[in-house]
Amino acid sequence: MGMENKKDYSVIIGGAAGQGSRKAGLIIAKLFNNLGYNVFIYEDYQSLIKGGHNFSVIRASEGQKFSIREKADFLLSLNEETIDKHEKSLQKNGLIVFNKDKIKREKGVGIALDTITKELGGISIMGNTALIAGFSKAVGIEWEDLEDALRKELGKGIEKNLEIAKRAYEETNTFLKIEKLKVEPDPLLTGNEAIALGAVKAGLDIYYAYPMTPATSILHYLAEHAKDFNIIVSQLENEIAVINSAIGSAYAGKRSMVGTSGGGFALMTEGISLAAQSETPTLIINSQRSGPATGVPTYSSQADLLFTLNSGHGDFVRFVVAPGDANESCYWSGKLLNLAWKYQTPAILLVDKDLSESTFEFDRKVLDQIKKENPVLWNGKDEYGRYADSKNGISPLAFPGDKAVVKATSYEHDEKGFSIEESEAVILMQEKRLRKFEEMEKEIDSLEAVKVYGNKNSKKAVVAWGSTKGVALEVAEKLGLKFIQPLMIQPFPQKQFDKAMKGVDKLILVECNALGQMEKVLRCHGIKVDKKILKYDMRPFTVEELEKKLKSI
Amino acid sequence: MENLETKITNTWCPGCGNFGILQAVKLAINNLIERGISKENIVIVSDIGCNSKIVDYLNTNSFYSLHGRSIITAMGIKMANPNLKILVFLGDGAALDEGISHLIHAAKRNSDINVIMHNNRLFALTTGQFTAVSPKGLKGKSTPEGSIEEPINPLELVLAANSSFIARGYSSKIEHLKNLILEAVDHKGFSFIEVMQPCVSFFNNIQFLNEKVYEAVNPELGSREKALTLIKEWNYNGEGKIPLGIFYKKDRIPFEEEMNKHLVKDKKPEIEKCLQTHL
Repeated sequence: MGMENKKDYSVIIGGAAGQGSRKAGLIIAKLFNNLGYNVFIYEDYQSLIKGGHNFSVIRASEGQKFSIREKADFLLSLNEETIDKHEKSLQKNGLIVFNKDKIKREKGVGIALDTITKELGGISIMGNTALIAGFSKAVGIEWEDLEDALRKELGKGIEKNLEIAKRAYEETNTFLKIEKLKVEPDPLLTGNEAIALGAVKAGLDIYYAYPMTPATSILHYLAEHAKDFNIIVSQLENEIAVINSAIGSAYAGKRSMVGTSGGGFALMTEGISLAAQSETPTLIINSQRSGPATGVPTYSSQADLLFTLNSGHGDFVRFVVAPGDANESCYWSGKLLNLAWKYQTPAILLVDKDLSESTFEFDRKVLDQIKKENPVLWNGKDEYGRYADSKNGISPLAFPGDKAVVKATSYEHDEKGFSIEESEAVILMQEKRLRKFEEMEKEIDSLEAVKVYGNKNSKKAVVAWGSTKGVALEVAEKLGLKFIQPLMIQPFPQKQFDKAMKGVDKLILVECNALGQMEKVLRCHGIKVDKKILKYDMRPFTVEELEKKLKSI
Repeated sequence: MENLETKITNTWCPGCGNFGILQAVKLAINNLIERGISKENIVIVSDIGCNSKIVDYLNTNSFYSLHGRSIITAMGIKMANPNLKILVFLGDGAALDEGISHLIHAAKRNSDINVIMHNNRLFALTTGQFTAVSPKGLKGKSTPEGSIEEPINPLELVLAANSSFIARGYSSKIEHLKNLILEAVDHKGFSFIEVMQPCVSFFNNIQFLNEKVYEAVNPELGSREKALTLIKEWNYNGEGKIPLGIFYKKDRIPFEEEMNKHLVKDKKPEIEKCLQTHL
């Protein structure tokens, strides 16, 4: 079939909501992962519980690739609609794996999912196991590897599932043999799981949230592991409650994090302003989805960049960082939690649906780079003032229970935290905060706030941020271009970005929004974007799509 | 007596009911300190409004929160440190207009905080507009022809939300109010005290209150029916006496205690164990 030795496979698996295509996709990804392939999964699902059409795209490749291809090598269908919708995306020599009890077709690998399941006394969802087993056999995956993966993933009814898998495996022919690579598998994590782990490693105590796609799985994951992580996870009445309770907990000394998406983030902005004014450390995860308003709620977007950078009324600087993959998400959620406490400020991790819910190969070493960093604490001797004036604008922290009077406030205040209105007193406190903002800017020098990849001598450079990194990086490298990825966006890493721009005479911006928001940010900092490639159908760029667009410039 | 005074000039109008409440709070805090609760473990949380200036007049730990958000901020503080005793001060507008969702949910959860609602029956600091408890027909700057909305009964609301401690006090009855606050602090779980107070500038009902209030006793504090009878005796609109006292009290496990119970001191998070499930 010409597909062997290819070492870059794409699999689409789809079905109606409730049919379990996502879980089946994860098992297939793990099979590839165990064969030594780097794995990336893109999830495409609709805002409904049953019916509709959901699918996962699994890319298994040699070396790290966090993007999807235009064409698939394998199409696994749990229903007929999957074939109707995706057959056109199949490579010429691609293989369709289908339920031959329901679908009549000549080409492809037909497996009698219903017959096998029924004859062996299984329930209908176990047909997915038969499909996975048939696929495994078709591509030459060893039974032992399959059994191993199924045992790990299917706790309940495993023996029956194995019986069904065995039958499907035996009844299917092998069409090709996917080569095993000599690479140890890494854990597979969604962006949201990576965010959760990063924060936990940096000493997270409490997570507050209100469910909202695509941030909800942070809530689910942390709630599931609350005992393992020794943290509190609390779902509250709305996002306003979420941010204000997090601020209350931080005032009392506990590291708190909240997670939401556009509409919920909008409700939180009043609280972000409070965190800035009261100088209370708060980490906010803002996972963008399509908007405005409810938009296309289970699809991705990068359209809340400017909103996030300006979130909260009043003059203040908050940290805003946009990681581009699971490793960076983990690192930066930990780092931002520490920075929030070091500078007693709101800090926002800006991600998006395609980062939050896609699955990535995760490098454990990232966790070693994160530790709980202690903030500046009151020495227990001097008379305490929550907002004591200082050279760098940072006032030591004390908490209720300490032998101090700790007065935090939303009002403008004096050093002790009492309300003031007089001109001189207002200036004193505003200037204390200004000095702190300068320190926050200086902090950038110790961070990798801008990353540069690809051909560093290329005069043409691509800039992309967030989940668009994966595809932009891959295509830029392929075309011999320089690739620039801003990670920290506020405070803006001017020095690092200017350095990255050395020798560049043409800058092409790639992002998933309609107005080209990053261009506005870059322009504010004297960086000219020559060309914009924007996508706003709420789906990620495929490698081929972006390649074609970049070549035409 | 612990000195709770601050250097901040008090800007309440002369004759404001807030002075009586402040005095009762000072007496209550002193009593708590005398009973061995350290001052460091007491936190005052306030909202926005005349009443909320109280944090500037008390030299204690405090968080001066946003409008309508004091209750939920207080919950966050209690969640983080269940050893703290928390008093929340807010007005009727904050509790029943801007922040009503937080009030209902805090009562429902049985959050172990003590909410003291100053009820002057309008927005005062913004110079007099109707709130959810203003009497129908209240002429304010936003309703020059009189408000057309019927008031809600806040005590009936928190009873429906399952508040485990419900009481009403009066700013002119300082000793009585002090005792209500102490009872509320001693109660494990959510406590709601409505404090009737005149607003001398925009709604001076001191004579009305003096005539109407009386100290009532509910002999059966765990009875919702008995509580409801007292709660409904005055309908915030028409005639009827205004009972004061504790109307309802029933023990229930506090929310923050329940939320903290799985935590193990100094336990390190088991991240590697979780990563194993991702292979």
